[in-house]
Amino acid sequence: MKDIKLVVVSLAAFALAVAASTATFAGSKEYTLPDETAALTKSHDAGYEKAEANCTACHSVDYINTQPRGKGKDFWNAVVNKMMHAYGAPVSEPDVPAIVDYLSRNY
Amino acid sequence: MLDRRHIIKGAGGLAVALAGAHLGAQRAVADSVTLPFDNGERPLVTYPQKRPLIQLTERPPQLETPFAVFDEGAITPNDAFFVRYHLGGIPLEIDTDAFRLEVGGKVNLPLSLSLQDIKAMAPKEIVAVNQCSGNSRGLFNPRVGGGQLANGAMGNARWVGVSLKSVLDKAGVRPEAKQVVFDGLDRPVMPETPDFTKALDIDHARDGEAMLAWSMNGTDLPWLNGYPLRLVVPGYYGTYWVKHVNKITVIDGVLENFWMKTAYRIPDNSCACVAPGTKPDKTVPIGRFNVRSFITNIQGGDTVRANTDTPLRGIAFDGGRGIKEVFISSDGGKTWSGTELGEDLGKYSYRTWHTNVKLPAGSYDLLVRATSRSGEVQPMEQRWNPSGYMRNVVESIHVQAA
Repeated sequence: MKDIKLVVVSLAAFALAVAASTATFAGSKEYTLPDETAALTKSHDAGYEKAEANCTACHSVDYINTQPRGKGKDFWNAVVNKMMHAYGAPVSEPDVPAIVDYLSRNY
Repeated sequence: MLDRRHIIKGAGGLAVALAGAHLGAQRAVADSVTLPFDNGERPLVTYPQKRPLIQLTERPPQLETPFAVFDEGAITPNDAFFVRYHLGGIPLEIDTDAFRLEVGGKVNLPLSLSLQDIKAMAPKEIVAVNQCSGNSRGLFNPRVGGGQLANGAMGNARWVGVSLKSVLDKAGVRPEAKQVVFDGLDRPVMPETPDFTKALDIDHARDGEAMLAWSMNGTDLPWLNGYPLRLVVPGYYGTYWVKHVNKITVIDGVLENFWMKTAYRIPDNSCACVAPGTKPDKTVPIGRFNVRSFITNIQGGDTVRANTDTPLRGIAFDGGRGIKEVFISSDGGKTWSGTELGEDLGKYSYRTWHTNVKLPAGSYDLLVRATSRSGEVQPMEQRWNPSGYMRNVVESIHVQAA
């Protein structure tokens, strides 16, 4: 009997959370995003870990994965510079060549 | 006190209901699709309140509508409507009782309006297309960087809300006002990243058509489409349709942030285009849609029956004059035949069209071309700009008749 009550209570709490996530009740509402799964192309290039460290704070890496292939160094250099100077990404200047090199070799 | 039988029944019912709802919050990869350009493989992912959509990015979420949805009718269902965010800090908790729309800046009476206050004002309804500036970017040739979308970053919905003019009038816009700035609940991850705010010129903001909508196709806005309140700017690209809008500021200058001054700009000429691979000398903020049309019931690569009437149907829209005619060609554009237009839901809506074609056995490129009531016609050659905005070339679908 006690076990059944516990199940009901926990299910009811869960129901409230789900109801809130689908926005059917007044007041506080929540939304749950699916788990993130996109990953960068693995590489022994020095820039791989630097790209992972610098490019994932603000966005998922499918932003990179879905770009047209083979655009080359100038394209990726412009992207990295845009991230730093337009969006304020805290990439340290000495890391830029390795990141650009990794991106242009693997994408 | 519930008896045991009721408790069990209640728990069972909950468990069944939850099994369905809970899946929505998990990564439910139903399938994948390949968009018609290089590196076009995308997962189909189910988000809460959405059917499986083409996932461009996860954080922030960007979801494209599978094109077959547009064959369901002139209205795009809420659960299939595309999603586009800019900043990683999207709102995941909203208290609708505490939510306030702040209206300030160059006004006589700053306002702080609850959702109830806004819904108590005279409501307004419009059917209007929302389209991403970069819709179809992945189809540009030569390719350009940015969100690699096919034709599914657009949708048409019935919006209910209040006119922006009535809210601005309530606050009393001062004579020196030049623009109105809109901010929503989404935030950058890094403090150095420019917050996403957009501006409309004061006359545009007070044209009586721009509105603050809380309802989409007869129900609350889906969360990812700007719940609980979004800007609707009929005829204009989605960049101005600020989601989760909670702050309106009237200014006596021109907003010169990253999102107005650097991003979302097009070449300052009549075609919004430059020679492929070159840069424009002068740019202006993107504005109204150009005219577009699509075949929705047949996809590239399909086979149709030869020497038989084959139904063709689709949609057309423009930046707000309305669609005058839609033509079809099966000989590469040498000859065109008219189509019958469907119900007119307003000049900002998709206009459906339909016709029949009878094709002898062979292979064909079916072309569709719309003309707006202002005489604007879709171009036969793709116009190019470095940001991949405003694609509206005549669409072509390759089919076999057998």
